[in-house]
Amino acid sequence: MAHHSLSPRQYFILGLVAVCAPLGDTCLSRGMTRMPPIALAHPASLIAAVFTPWVAIGIALLIGFFASYLTALSWADLTFVLPATAFGNVIVALLSRYWLHEPISPERWAGIALITIGVSFVAQGPSLTERQSAPVTQQTESAIEQEPVR
Amino acid sequence: MIIATTAPQLGLLASAVMIATIVLSSTTGEVLTAAAMKSIGDLDEIRAHSGMKGAIRAVVTCPLFFVGIFFLALAFFALLLALNYLPLSLVAPASASLTLVTNAVAGKLFLKENVDRRRWAAALLVCVGVYLLAH
Repeated sequence: MAHHSLSPRQYFILGLVAVCAPLGDTCLSRGMTRMPPIALAHPASLIAAVFTPWVAIGIALLIGFFASYLTALSWADLTFVLPATAFGNVIVALLSRYWLHEPISPERWAGIALITIGVSFVAQGPSLTERQSAPVTQQTESAIEQEPVR
Repeated sequence: MIIATTAPQLGLLASAVMIATIVLSSTTGEVLTAAAMKSIGDLDEIRAHSGMKGAIRAVVTCPLFFVGIFFLALAFFALLLALNYLPLSLVAPASASLTLVTNAVAGKLFLKENVDRRRWAAALLVCVGVYLLAH
């Protein structure tokens, strides 16, 4: 197997995958908890919540996460990208500890350590499985039909 | 959505089925989305040649992508349904950590990815880590 090393730009996109999701969730949580209770009978107030600063920033970050996630999946294996995504959980825990000053239990510190070790394992290996046939570079109907997933 | 104020008690089997539904639909969605993105090709290259519009067009004209999104949406609604019956402290860590392992299996079986010892070890470590972190 050839070693598919990543370019700095691709590492940057993986970083966006890991950072945007937890930051987006945190912004949404911060924005929604500062709002008065929203009744499902009045959906207009839910729409108004979208335009408040924290919620809007959260949505923008989650859109950024999805765009970077799809980009990463176009040049790296799913089993390479997903652990990087899980690293976002570590970022959330560290944000809650040092930004929101919430305590972290020993179990959660153990979880942070295990995820960090797991991500470092994957990061040392190839990002993409070597294929015998030429890599597909354009979307074609035949390419979709040849996909192994049914 | 109507949130039950007093969640009905569920048996072990029914709880397992609910969590399995989340995990399987999420895994199916992730695998189909990954397959769709591989069939499209490197988005960075497409964007370099055709611009951002070309990259967006390549994604939104791929039917497999929308099938993947459908299953991811199914996983989301299965999660909402499960939260009506099961505690968050069980559903969130169980579904998040199990999905990592099922994705490694599905990646090897359906996407033919080379899941070597390193990736198996990473999947298991991250699985336990996510469980500890989310519990």
